[in-house]
Amino acid sequence: MFTAKKGRLAAVAAVAVGAVVALAGCASSNPLGTGSNASSAPTTLVVGSQDYYSNEIIAEIYAQALESNGFTVDRQFRIGQREVYLPELKSGSIDVFPEYTGSLLQALDKAAAGGTSDAVHDQLVKALPSGLTALDKSDASDQNSWTATQAFVDTYKLTDLASLKNVTEPITVGGNSELETRPYGPTALKDKYGITIAGFVPVEDNGGPLTVKALVDNKIQLANIYTADPNIKSNNLVALSDPDGLFFPDNVVPIVSSKVDEKAAGVLNKISAAMTAADLVSLNAQSVNDKESADKIASAWLAQAKLF
Amino acid sequence: MNYFTDAVAWLLDPAHYPGPTGIPARLGEQLLFTVVTLVLASVIAIPVGFLIGHTGRGRGIAVATSGGLRAIPTLGLLTLVALWIGIGLGAPYVALTVLAIPPILAGAYTGFEAVNRATIDAARAVGMTELQIVRHVEIPLGLPLLIGGLRSATLQVVATATLAAYVADFGLGRFLFAGLKTNDYAQMLGGSILVILLALVLEGLFAGLQKLVVPRGVAVGRPPVDRKASTRRRPGMEPAITKGI
Repeated sequence: MFTAKKGRLAAVAAVAVGAVVALAGCASSNPLGTGSNASSAPTTLVVGSQDYYSNEIIAEIYAQALESNGFTVDRQFRIGQREVYLPELKSGSIDVFPEYTGSLLQALDKAAAGGTSDAVHDQLVKALPSGLTALDKSDASDQNSWTATQAFVDTYKLTDLASLKNVTEPITVGGNSELETRPYGPTALKDKYGITIAGFVPVEDNGGPLTVKALVDNKIQLANIYTADPNIKSNNLVALSDPDGLFFPDNVVPIVSSKVDEKAAGVLNKISAAMTAADLVSLNAQSVNDKESADKIASAWLAQAKLF
Repeated sequence: MNYFTDAVAWLLDPAHYPGPTGIPARLGEQLLFTVVTLVLASVIAIPVGFLIGHTGRGRGIAVATSGGLRAIPTLGLLTLVALWIGIGLGAPYVALTVLAIPPILAGAYTGFEAVNRATIDAARAVGMTELQIVRHVEIPLGLPLLIGGLRSATLQVVATATLAAYVADFGLGRFLFAGLKTNDYAQMLGGSILVILLALVLEGLFAGLQKLVVPRGVAVGRPPVDRKASTRRRPGMEPAITKGI
């Protein structure tokens, strides 16, 4: 007999079974994967970018330069953080990716020594898995930094990260949640400079407007903001210098697969040689302050640098 | 590698329990956040809903406004408010309260509207004041629908409250964001399972509450729901009397 009680029990059981089946179905593959697109024509180069507006601009510059040199480009922009795209890069589904020397090195080799920007580039070349190559690095760099407000710097007469010892109030730091576990995160501040961090506040906008506002409001005293961020200048912020090399130098560098031939490598190297640190800040400013799209910013820069 | 078994293993790992970042603490934060949001939304929505339901005025505006509120993307609103008042719990409370108002408002005024007009006329005829009608007739009779609105709001808020972790060190969303950004899918899925379990528990509580708040008189007057007593006739089960005729 089909009573109401039994019927309800059956319904609950059906939902439970369905949920388990659905979960099991998506359990063993990367839930964020979008499927592979390995079988593209040999002349098509896949250009990828991080989920970071500045990285997208650089990727767009690469893409446009490659296109005007006769290559077909498949744009796979805004993929995510390094943890997400690095496996794709290693597996060869992306051919060109704008990267930052130090951060990539630390992701590949946790015990890397660091040092000058040249030393970091050399170590990166060695650390890359077979099939991937680091081309020439650019002078332009976009580093992680511990940034504070000018007022905070003045109050405690801060000169660099070591001078944070002068600070008498508890220091709360803010940034993306992955910052907590990064090799330059709060724990590293303690290990390298002996600075005790009172708390960590997640602000999930990659050092964007919410993070800047938190700093300006003094809700956090230190934030991880990238040094090429135009907000540093426009909000009177100071990226504290880092004498002991907590952060590795992060020069922009194209990481390429074996599908990138000498001609394409030459194109990318020309871009790296032409791009200065000031260029990168101004590219970012056009995006942040003038709300220009990545492709317009990229083509304007290529025209102004008289490339291709 | 199986993410589901990894997530279960993550949930069972005793290392994830102690301290202010442990699972019980985060569950408590999520629950606290949900309760506070519901109280805030109720304080705004219930009086307004009662007023609309009792007077029958302003219903059009209420429907349009709450429809508009429902269409606001919560993360967008949260970011906007956070840019205005800064990071911390303020912005998530505002954004989630806006999310919770429409279902509670709808529950409050539809509860009043569902009351039989004859009952209200009878109450008025025996000399009840308007306030007495609201307190002793409309609120008790409309309560099941209001609780239904609260139930639907709770479900939306408890699941969406993970967004609090976007600008604050608070709630189960911390597991989701940290897991997403560092490729730790076991943590991410584990956190999601916790949200689902919390939502199911709250849903169960409200289902029970919704039954409890039906006034006894109303419950007695209703036909029993047991299907055994249904009027559907099955072959061979006709009552003996029909056979005799």
